[in-house]
Formats: sequence, structure tokens, C-alpha cells
Amino acid sequence: MLLRRLAALSLLACLPALALGAGPRVLRYASQDDPQTLDPHAANLLSSSRVTANLYEALVWRDKDWKIIPWLATSWSRPDARTWRFRLREGVKFHDGAELTADDVVFSAQRALAPLSQMRVALQGVEKAVKVDRLTVDLKMAEPNPALLAHLTQFRIMNKAWAEKHGATRPQDFKAGEDAYAARHADGTGAFMLKERSPDVRTVLVRHRDWWGTKAGVDEGNLDEVVMLPIKSNATRLAALLSGEADLVIDPPTQDVARLRASPGLKVTEGGELRVQYIAFDTFRSDLLYGKAGGRNPFQDERVRRAVAHAIDAEAIRVKVMRGLSRPVGSLLVPGVQGYAADADKRLPYDREKAKRLLAEAGYPNGFEVTLDAGNIQPAADIAQAVAAMLSQVGIRTRTNIMPQPTYFPKIEKYDTSFYVLSWGAGVTADSLYTLQALLHTPGKDGEGDFNMGRWSDARMDAILDRLKREADTAKRDALAREAQLRMAEALPIVTIHQPLIPWAMRKNVSAQVTPVNTVYFYRVRMQ
Amino acid sequence: MIAFVIRRLLQGVVVMLVVGFIAFSLFNFVGDPVALMLPPEATQADRQAMRESLGLDRPFMVQFATFVGHAVQGNFGISLRLGRPVSALLAERLPATLELAIVAAALALLVGIPMGVYTGLKRNAWFSRFLLTASLIGVSLPTFLIGIFLILIFAVWLGWLPSFGRGDTVMVGPWSTGLLTASGLKALILPSITLGLFQLTLIMRLVRAEMLEVLRTDYIKFARARGLTNRAIHFGHALRNTLVPVITITGLQLGAIIAFAIITETVFQWPGMGLLFIQAVQFADIPVMAAYLCLIGFIFVVINLAVDLLYYFVDPRLRIDRAQAGGH
Repeated sequence: MLLRRLAALSLLACLPALALGAGPRVLRYASQDDPQTLDPHAANLLSSSRVTANLYEALVWRDKDWKIIPWLATSWSRPDARTWRFRLREGVKFHDGAELTADDVVFSAQRALAPLSQMRVALQGVEKAVKVDRLTVDLKMAEPNPALLAHLTQFRIMNKAWAEKHGATRPQDFKAGEDAYAARHADGTGAFMLKERSPDVRTVLVRHRDWWGTKAGVDEGNLDEVVMLPIKSNATRLAALLSGEADLVIDPPTQDVARLRASPGLKVTEGGELRVQYIAFDTFRSDLLYGKAGGRNPFQDERVRRAVAHAIDAEAIRVKVMRGLSRPVGSLLVPGVQGYAADADKRLPYDREKAKRLLAEAGYPNGFEVTLDAGNIQPAADIAQAVAAMLSQVGIRTRTNIMPQPTYFPKIEKYDTSFYVLSWGAGVTADSLYTLQALLHTPGKDGEGDFNMGRWSDARMDAILDRLKREADTAKRDALAREAQLRMAEALPIVTIHQPLIPWAMRKNVSAQVTPVNTVYFYRVRMQ
Repeated sequence: MIAFVIRRLLQGVVVMLVVGFIAFSLFNFVGDPVALMLPPEATQADRQAMRESLGLDRPFMVQFATFVGHAVQGNFGISLRLGRPVSALLAERLPATLELAIVAAALALLVGIPMGVYTGLKRNAWFSRFLLTASLIGVSLPTFLIGIFLILIFAVWLGWLPSFGRGDTVMVGPWSTGLLTASGLKALILPSITLGLFQLTLIMRLVRAEMLEVLRTDYIKFARARGLTNRAIHFGHALRNTLVPVITITGLQLGAIIAFAIITETVFQWPGMGLLFIQAVQFADIPVMAAYLCLIGFIFVVINLAVDLLYYFVDPRLRIDRAQAGGH
């Protein structure tokens, strides 16, 4: 009896050992991009932040529903109109064992605000950071930023002593020609530490055993190690998943998603990206730059823009081009972005007869010719083709001009276009102002209308946005954002098409929830 | 002899300058790297600042002169994509490409020559016909398709071999090699077959044609009359005489293998120079593209020189001609 009990006990004792005997849980993650740099302040690119977001952390962060939550800072207050005061979490450890203090935050703010930094947007409106005591930091504002907390989710904190020791106190300088230490090494407080970095081969992260999040109960994952594999070729990346050499692929080609769903041992989860695909018009020139419309620019006429909106069948694009992986939208803001209003998110119905009537009313009974510009990345190029076909059916004879992304951007940046396809990601701040100001404000000096390549200018819209910029109260800001969306839906300087849905393909034993910025946060991933 | 080598080297320098110039002129059309270095949502002021800090706002000739001036000192600048010296990046990637290319070339020779001999000797055997038909596949199918078929069969269906990457590598001095580990060797199989298949079929067909030619000659008939064994005739007399053109072709093809490894490297995510180049093209990473094209130009120049020198040693008549001309 006793023996049997002992045997049972020893068996129980063996269980964890058996679990360990199964080896560490290693997630092999594949995507087509390799990060350019691991410096959290040098590049504002998704391929880089997909790694740095797991190595470094910010004062505030987002939960699963994309709401802002305390993270390295446990609380904050506004002692005066120019100051935000943050109280840091006690006992947060960097990967090298050093403890997080106010000095590291002050240093990181200096680094992120340096001229070489591409992440100044993360501290928009901030003049400097000032240490109050060991665990308290003030951010002094040069100008108000009502969405500061949203911006701060991208402000990543680096260990000051480590950076000084390795001469990495400034963000990587592409011009100086020196191999920047922080581009290939990392010392943050994140749930994962950098173990190996071989560009275009692999980036290996291992669990940070002293991560504060485990004690604080925000640790939802169980991975011991993550191997991030860049595999450029779509076919090879999928082959790696099918053959069991990869566990998670975050960018399967849309045409293969249905097949992956049907594969035994694999599953696909999807979620909405904070991105909107749209087409926009040159409303500035009085003549059509690329096209023939009898010496006039038809897009200056609101009725023509409405006709275009009626002529586009977003549902057909969803089914045929996106293979079901999109949600047709009527607003530039999507759910999850602060300021989204469901009643402003309405598309004009697909109605070819109405489109033709509107064109005739505007004085184009026989339509006109125009060129639609697009970059050669998918799905933009396919969308351009589909839109061109749909518009041609109502008499707007549309030619597509699809060019490589590095030539496309400089072209539209110079307003050298009449009609173009573009997408806009709101993921950086997930705030209404960020999107609306860039796309709908009259182009100005301080970054207003920076992505308004059609140079649409509307006094009412500008007035709404200028108020939105100064307003601090969330409810009032949301009301203003709604007003701006309704105004856009009425004037249609931009015709929105859809919000893409992101598919992640993974083995059945992996559970990962798609995030709106298409980034895997490994502390939330589990493997069985 | 030395004068000959020096003259060829000087010609090589001119070739490389021209390659560099053409490459540089083309880059004016690949677009603006800044568009990819910054997020699509970056402001125009940010873009302009980035352009200036990279020197991309300067006139073309100034940029080219700076490039050549630095390149002479072995400094190809900084990769816009990875932010590291291009020379260091190329040095890191060179071993992967060379190992792949050499294994592929070795495979082409070691399999192609025996197959060529066999099909040359047994012209009407069914296996010869099969090999000849099969070799059409190697000649006509594009590399990437062969690569994807091999991945599908050996990685996805059978699960025997890895579908991508180089496996584990070991550092031998500054050289990272995959030849010393089991996973590195396994990873080498599919890409080297993919890369070497075209050359393999080429060599096989070449050897076969040469063998047929040689077997008809008088000295082979004479050898048979002397009662020599088939083995001695085929391998001692016939094959040896077919190898001269094979060496020439192999030398030239080695350059092609290195240059065309781009496609194979992309399909297999093989971390060599070709993959680096493809990504540089997509990113408009001008320093990497320029350095890569110059390096490939250099490799071709060196291989051509080596082949010329080989002729010089293999064919005694060349040496005598030069000695008699004696003008230099």
C-alpha cells in the first residue's frame, strides 16, 4: 500500500519532469519581412517593431481589445496643463538585470526625440522628460497632444547604462556609416530577450525569466523561445508551414487561405487590421492631368465623386479580390480607433444606373477618360484593376498605371496624379486625429494634409479638425471626429473601399489572436 | 606572361567601371529608397530630411564619383536597408553563395560527365533515351519551378529535407560553413540540385556530343585495332579528349551559377548574396546593388582570366605561338 502510494507520488513528481522532458516550447514564426534594425528609435517600420515590441516596452500599452492600460507606468496625472506625471512600476528588470528607473525613461525620451530618431511621433507634443524622483517622471509638453497616451504606446524604453556602455546613446545613423550596436543588440524590459540576430536568416528570442509581467499577472503565454524566420517567397513560406518547419505564418497569400483552412493540422484565425483601403481624387487642378475630359477636371464636381462611389461594388471586391478577407467600409476610421462612429460608417449603395445619372447631371453623359495610379503591392494592384473595370462600366474609361512602390510614393507625394489607390494604417496611435488630419485637412506646413495627395480643401473640414486638435475631452473629441466623418461621407474627397482582415495561419497546437497592427505579441501566445 | 595577366586585369578594371556606371545609371529608375525606409504615414519633411542625410539629393555624377572613390578603397558605403557596411554584408553572404555554387557545380560535373559518357556509349539503350528526355526538363523548366517542385515533393510530401534556409552553420575563421553539420548538408541538397540541374544537363549533352565525335576518330579506331580494352579506350583516350571543352564551359558556367543563384536563393531563402541583392532591388538599396554588380563583374573577369590561362597551359600550341611572336 505504502509502496503503491510512493509509486504514485513519484509518478506525480515525474509529471513536471516529463513536461520538461518534452523540451522547451519553441515557436517558429515565419513572415516575409526581416527587420531592418532592432533599434527601437531608429525606424518606424512594421518589420522592425514586430521584433522591438517584444524586446522593449512602453509606459502604457494596449490590452486585447486595444484599450490603453498601465504598463511600465502604473498611474499618471496632470499636475498642470503642460505636464504629464508618470509613476513607474516598482521592480521592473531589464534583460541584463538592471532595474528600471526614471533615468532610463528620461534617457529614452532624449534618444527618441533626437534628430536621427524616426520615432519622434511617439512623443508628439513632448518637449522633454524630467526626473522627479527615482520612480517618477514628468513629460513636459511643448504643445498639447490630446492623444498622448496613444502615442506613448510606441515610446519604447531602453536601458541607459547599457546604451552608454556600448556607445548607443543616439539612434542608428545611416549616414555616419558605423555599425550601430543597438541595431543588432537589445536591452529592454520586454517579456523576451534577444538571443541571436542573423539578418535574413533568423532572429531568436528567449523568455525573459525576470519579466515583471509574470508576477503582475499579465503573462498569458507559455513560450520559452521564439525563432523568427524571414521567408521571402510565398510558396516556400507556406511549404515550411505545411511541412512542419514553421508553426505560425502571419502573412499567408490570400489565395491560399482557403486551402490552409482545409489542411489537417492547421488553422487560420483572422482579425480586422486598423487600415482602410481607399481611392482618392485630384480635386485641385482645374484640368485633368492624366485623362481626357474636355479640358475640365470632373473630379472637382461632387456629383462625379458620388458617381464613382456608386459605381464601385465593394462586396464584389471583398469576394473576388480579397477572397472574403475584408469588410467594406464607409469611413476612414474603423472599430478600435478612438472616434469611430458606427452611424458615420455607411457606404453609398452599389448602383450603376444612379452613377450614370449623376455623371449625366454633371455634364458627362458620355463619361470621360482617366488614369488610376497604384503601387504594385497586393492587394492595391488588384483593387485598382477591379475598380477600373467597374468604373468603365458606367462610362468612366479608366486605365490603370501600376508601378513599383519606390516609384509610386515619390510620384503621388509630388501630387503627380489624378486618381490613386492607397491605404492608410491608423495603428500607430489608433486615434481619430492622426488619420483625419493627415488625409482630410488642407495641406499645410505642420504635417496637416500630409497624405491629402488630391489637395482637397474644405473650410468646414479644416475648422472641425482644428477644433479636434485642441480639444482634450474624449467625448467632445469623439463628437468632432464623427462630424468630420459625416462631412467626408457627404463631400467624398476619398472613396473608402474596405478594411482588410488579417489571416494568421498556424498549427493547431498554437493559439494566437490576431492584433489590429498585424504584430504578434509573444507573451500572449500559447503552445500545447 | 605577366604582361598578359596585367593587361587582362586592366581590362577587367575597365569592365568593372562600366558595370558600375551602368548599374548606377539604372538606379535612377528604381525609385526612391526613402519611400521604403520611412513608414507610408511619414511626413514630407521627414522624407526630405532623410533624403538629404543620405546624400540622395546630390547630382548623379557627384554620387557616382563618390561611389567609385570609396569603392577603390574597398568601401561600398552603408546598406540603406540594414544600416551596415556593404563590404561586411557581402563578406558575410559570400560563403553561403560560394558553397552553394561549388556544390552545384560539383554535382553537375560528377553526375553530368558519367551520364554523358553513358549516353554517348550506349546510344540506343532505353536508359539513355530516358536520360536524354529527362534532361530536356532540366534545360526547359525555369529554376524557380524546379525548386518549388522539389520543395513540394521532398519537404511537404515526404518530409525528408528542409524547405528553406541553410541549416546550422559553423564558423571556420571568418567563413561560415554549412558543410560540417548534418542539418547544413541536408539543407544544401535541394538548392544545389535546383541550381545545378541546368548545368548538369548541359554538361551531359556536351559530353555526349563530344564522345560521339571522338569515338569516330581514327585514333580510337587504331586503339581498338591495338586490342585495348573498352575501358582503356573509353576513359583513357576518348573521355580525356572530350574534357577540354568541358573545362572551358564549366569555368564560364561557374560564373553563371554564382550570378544566377539569385533565383534559387530566393526560392530557398538561402542567405547568400543573391538574396541580399533581390531584397536590395526591392528596397532600392543602391549601395548593395552597386557593390553586388561590381563583385559579380569581378568574378566573371577573374574566371575568364583563369580560363584563358588554362588554355595557355592545356594547349601547347598557344605557348609556342607566343614564344615565337616574342614581341613582348
